Amino acid sequence: MSSSLAPLQGNRACALGALAAGCRFFAGYPITPSSEIAEAMSRELPRVDGVFIQMEDEMGSLAAVIGASFGGAKAMTATSGPGFSLMQENLGYAAMTETPCVVVNVMRGGPSTGMPTRPAQGDFMQARWGTHGDHPIIVVAPASVQEIYTETIRAFNLAEEFRTPAIVLYDEIVAHLIESVELPDRRTIATTNRKWAAGTERGFAPYAETDDLVPPMARPGEGLRAHVTGLTHTADGFPTQKPELVARALQRILDKIERHRDRIEKSETLGTADAEVVIVAVGIVARAARRAVQQLRAEGIKAGLLRPITLWPFPEGATRAAAERARRVLVPEMNAGQLALEVERLAGARGKVARLNRIDGEPITPAQIAAKVRELVADE
Amino acid sequence: MNEVVRSPFDIKDYLRLQLMPHFMCPGCGHGIALRALLWAVHELGLDKNKLAVVSGIGCSGRIGAYIDANTYHTTHGRPLAFATGLKLARPDLTVVVITGDGDCLAIGGNHLIHACRRNLDLTCLMLNNEVYAMTGGQASPTTSFDRITTTTPHGNAEPTLDACALAEAAGASFVGREVTRQAPALKNLIKAAIAHQGFSFVETISDCTEIYGRKNDLGESPEMILSQKSEMRPEGYSDAADEPFRPHRLRAGILVERDRPEYGRVYRQRAALERARKRQ
Repeated sequence: MSSSLAPLQGNRACALGALAAGCRFFAGYPITPSSEIAEAMSRELPRVDGVFIQMEDEMGSLAAVIGASFGGAKAMTATSGPGFSLMQENLGYAAMTETPCVVVNVMRGGPSTGMPTRPAQGDFMQARWGTHGDHPIIVVAPASVQEIYTETIRAFNLAEEFRTPAIVLYDEIVAHLIESVELPDRRTIATTNRKWAAGTERGFAPYAETDDLVPPMARPGEGLRAHVTGLTHTADGFPTQKPELVARALQRILDKIERHRDRIEKSETLGTADAEVVIVAVGIVARAARRAVQQLRAEGIKAGLLRPITLWPFPEGATRAAAERARRVLVPEMNAGQLALEVERLAGARGKVARLNRIDGEPITPAQIAAKVRELVADE
Repeated sequence: MNEVVRSPFDIKDYLRLQLMPHFMCPGCGHGIALRALLWAVHELGLDKNKLAVVSGIGCSGRIGAYIDANTYHTTHGRPLAFATGLKLARPDLTVVVITGDGDCLAIGGNHLIHACRRNLDLTCLMLNNEVYAMTGGQASPTTSFDRITTTTPHGNAEPTLDACALAEAAGASFVGREVTRQAPALKNLIKAAIAHQGFSFVETISDCTEIYGRKNDLGESPEMILSQKSEMRPEGYSDAADEPFRPHRLRAGILVERDRPEYGRVYRQRAALERARKRQ
């Protein structure tokens, strides 16, 4: 079987990507606009000897996902803003216990019940800082149906490699777009499996400080009998409050992401090398921005685009490089200004970064972005 | 019931001795419940490598760590949901949940209802000490009427929840209750619960001497544990409708034992049928 082309809805592509990545467990709770993912998984998982379960709420959904991952399954849940809020505690638990799992958040208008069927990008910061305490997290933000497929696979691979929760974050528009997607031959898809601890030796330390900072995981049933807790713990897995041990253990789970930024960060640029105005945009807004750049270039305005594909950890180097040479930076986003905070931090000079925001449940159009760039150029 | 007895029971074979001394207060009933669980595990001849213990938050949640098995100390109220995922992914494991009255009935009440309804093969051991002890003694859903806690300083005005009646109504296929005073009976009840195919709910009445007993003049540990017997409800005695539920109305032993399809098995059968259909 070679690769094939299929018209797919974004949420369906997410489910197919998960299955291709080796996902064999899904627990979820119905919520618009993500429910198609659960529906597809309920149909497909039994066919590949996997398990789907509809839980009683979102807390239970992520708990069941983490429980399945304890057992060795690659596991996922999918939700939208209100459900994502309810998952935050267990998201922190997965980060603290270093249990791989994937959470899809299809963003809709918020806060609260907001606009269930309208798109938004209001969860950029929640995806990074939603759970309490300093914690590692990986967030990928696909912009097309094709990319939902490939980035869902990458999210599983990153979660497994770094033993951390990974979030797939996209909005209602891409979720419900139907686009042609190239589905590669399954055998050509690179998948990562977490490192499993081997042997039954006494004194096994499930959270030992390995060279890569990612300790191998103990699979239940194979003799290691490890303890897993959300309390701060030492290398042996048991709780501690000794300051030096706590600091060391927490620093390791933060460093394991920082130290591997080169393997996690991913972004795309278009014409940033000579751009006078660089646009930084994510997801569906980046597609509008791409169109705007083409239009502006045709008019002789040197515009460029930086699109973070890994949203967190934020592509700091790529942002600095793209903003350095530009006179102005524009951050269009479907929220009141979240991405802009990160770009302002990295873009250097004060007043260099301009914002373009929509919080009305409508997408930002190429024309709006182009008009804003023309305004910035005229101001010079 | 599975009657595998290998050798005399030595609790040390099942404990992580490096964690001793344990954190429990003098007189706490949780140690007796822990011993009864491990005794049952021993008599059933379970391989501790294949035993997973999932616990929540509170005093009950902390005792899991002492068990030399695959132990998971999860989030408040959610151990049944974690255990659901683990058991579905790994049907080869024996999964026991240790939870408390606050963990299981308040913050985790919804998970209990649906775990009972689904009838997945889990054993839920709820240690009922009528109080949130770990956080300093606040009232829980099972705090008796009139009792003093740090959040009911003028006496508890709320009626208590009968966890076993809830479990039965929600569909649990095995429901039982025992007191820590009757350790061998508790062991036998837990043994029957683990051997049962389907969701088993066991409520253990466990004394909190330091945080709850002292505040309510219930005596020292010996008085509290002795009073457990006199407070059990004789067979056939039913509640007065106009009175809040009281501990002295408790029935003990196996309260419900019924055949209902085990969820994991039903799901896997349906999945196998679907795979066979797809192959055709």
